[in-house]
Amino acid sequence: MEATTASGIKLGTKPEGVEGPGFFATSLEKVVGMARKNSIWPLPFATSCCGIEFMATMGAHYDLARFGSERLSFSPRQADLLMVMGTIAKKMGPVLRQVYEQMAEPRWVLSVGACASSGGIFDTYSVLQGIDRIIPVDVYVPGCPPRPEQIIDGVMKIQKLVETESLRRRDSDEYKALLNKYGIA
Amino acid sequence: MEVKQPATDQFYQPREKQYTYLNLGPTHPATHGIFQNVLKMDGEIIVEATPTIGYIHRAFEKLAERRPFYQITPITDRMNYCSAPINNFGWHMTVEKLLGVEIPKRVQYLRVIIMELARITDHLVCNAVIGVDTGALTGFVYMFQQRELVYEIYEEICGARLTSNIGRIGGFEREWSPKTWEKIHRFLKEFPLVLKEFEDLLNRNRIFMDRTIGCGGITAERALNYSFSGVNLRAAGVDYDVRVAKPYSSYEDFEFVIPVGKNGDVYDRFMVRQEEMWQSLSIIRQAIEKMPEGPFHAKVPDFYLPPKEEVYNNMEALIYHFKIVMGETDIPKGEVYHCVEGGNGELGFYLISDGGRTPFRLHMRRPCFIYYQAYPEMIKGSMLSDAILTMSSMNVIAGELDA
Amino acid sequence: MELEDQEKIIETIQAKFEGEILRTEMLYDFLTITLKQEKIIEVITHLYHHPDTKFQYLTTLFAVHYPDQNQIGMVYQLHNLVTNLRIRLKIYLPIENPTVPTLTGLFAAANWMERETYDFFGVLFEGHPNLKRILNVEDMIIFPLRKEYPLEDQVREDKNDLMFGR
Repeated sequence: MEATTASGIKLGTKPEGVEGPGFFATSLEKVVGMARKNSIWPLPFATSCCGIEFMATMGAHYDLARFGSERLSFSPRQADLLMVMGTIAKKMGPVLRQVYEQMAEPRWVLSVGACASSGGIFDTYSVLQGIDRIIPVDVYVPGCPPRPEQIIDGVMKIQKLVETESLRRRDSDEYKALLNKYGIA
Repeated sequence: MEVKQPATDQFYQPREKQYTYLNLGPTHPATHGIFQNVLKMDGEIIVEATPTIGYIHRAFEKLAERRPFYQITPITDRMNYCSAPINNFGWHMTVEKLLGVEIPKRVQYLRVIIMELARITDHLVCNAVIGVDTGALTGFVYMFQQRELVYEIYEEICGARLTSNIGRIGGFEREWSPKTWEKIHRFLKEFPLVLKEFEDLLNRNRIFMDRTIGCGGITAERALNYSFSGVNLRAAGVDYDVRVAKPYSSYEDFEFVIPVGKNGDVYDRFMVRQEEMWQSLSIIRQAIEKMPEGPFHAKVPDFYLPPKEEVYNNMEALIYHFKIVMGETDIPKGEVYHCVEGGNGELGFYLISDGGRTPFRLHMRRPCFIYYQAYPEMIKGSMLSDAILTMSSMNVIAGELDA
Repeated sequence: MELEDQEKIIETIQAKFEGEILRTEMLYDFLTITLKQEKIIEVITHLYHHPDTKFQYLTTLFAVHYPDQNQIGMVYQLHNLVTNLRIRLKIYLPIENPTVPTLTGLFAAANWMERETYDFFGVLFEGHPNLKRILNVEDMIIFPLRKEYPLEDQVREDKNDLMFGR
């Protein structure tokens, strides 16, 4: 349900629930999802050219801070979203894995660019052919480098995932099996 | 009266010096790019630094042995990705030198305009990042807005923003549209005002000057011994610029000044880059004024895709098109070295061809790789925050470092 | 490059090192001198100090693998910034024992360039302070840029060779 304020600014959609004077009753999942999706703190793991496009996305022209990602966290312990941008070489693989393991649940991974998704144009002996060989990935953004609009689209898809995620997902057997597949405890 | 010295020795045992080892790791917010430094520190002073690189090694030199010439252009893009057109044109000029092709004057002037625009964007990133590392975040946001204007110009010509793959062997794909010229004129009108604002923020700023003067300096003799080139060498006092020493693409027709520093410290590099941006603007204006008429590409039928009207109507053009796209054109034998003035220094391409369809050996002389060796020497004895500043002022770009 | 300059350089080398020069040619405006491999460092040192040549800037050094002749060629490019002259020196090393003395005593820039050459081709530099791999992973045992080793990642199983033609 779209609403507008008196000055004509469009408000976001409210979750479904029972509304009355001074209270709004809805399910906890919806509220937590809405809060989380609008305040994702990304960890920009920028290695090469896609990193420069990310810097352009954070700039004033294509502002990523509108989506709540104003505070970039370079410490994995305080980050929600790991944005892997650029080529990951085999030498860098263990470092990426260590950064992923240091992140606290709930965490999401966005793989930006062709090199991070699948090795890209570098089908060579020294490049890891896709980061999903070592960590689980939620959204892939193709492109070489992707335009800032595409990166924002990727972040919006992550927002969709964050909004609709069940609160119990990180304890479920399915998720544990996924992590076991990658050898993450 | 004799002054008695305090009795200390029998009870005072000097302790062994203990050093801390700090890992300025591959993922660090302030190192712009991924390279690692293990710093041996005595408190806050750095005693020794051991750099480790190779975290983004993509084997360009081996990759180039598998690809025909125009397929190598996209990988040269990804070396110094802040000023990708310079890399592209450097590669195209190397190939044209091997083939012995005469490039029309108009193409050379157009190439000069694009290369100077690319140089401006490279210096913008570096200077904005020096500002960010000292805490001045506003400059960064303003400068990236100006880069968007240049990206739009690239998009009009070749379709891509950052990794441009611009131009062809022999010239350009098509004549530049009037919209391109409109955007270039808009840039030339708006950019000097913003650059002046940026200068007013930082050039004579007391805090910035105190922070950067005397930090991370290197003498001219050491810089030459380390084979520095580009801005880092000019800031140390040596006026070596490939555009003047070995002019390519009609640079001898333009009048410009090479700014030279004195101490080789962070402030000198910042100021040299600022002045080079003004000089680049002047070169672009001169090129637009003196632009000659003529074709937008040279006659290189073996390597330049024929226009589509001819491909659909002319048998010969169809065969050429097929051969070029499938990469079945044979390259003449030869060994050639060509260098251009990249954003970081002398960017050279050494091409050995043995007559096959791909190069036998392509070696890229990457300026970043060569001058980063001097980093441990430059930061010895300085504090940790100065080390970060030195690294960002050297404009180390990870793609060029590792290739 | 003018003919007098070329002859002056060749004379400077021949005056002290008789018989070391195998071949000189002008390749695309670059004077290329092929030498015997034994005294290359002395030749470069001589060219560094001699007042007529004074090549005190090392542009680049790298190696080339020639599988047909079983040789690894090394190329050194030197530059004199004052007179703006450049030369190229080439030597050929046998592939069973590619050793060459190091240039780091003279040019500090040669340090990482030689490490890169060792990493890619296995050329051993005697006297190098820290000859370890620089760009590849530390525990790699092959020298990848030699012609016998493939470009692609051999562990990859999802690319169809028939369609992608390795």
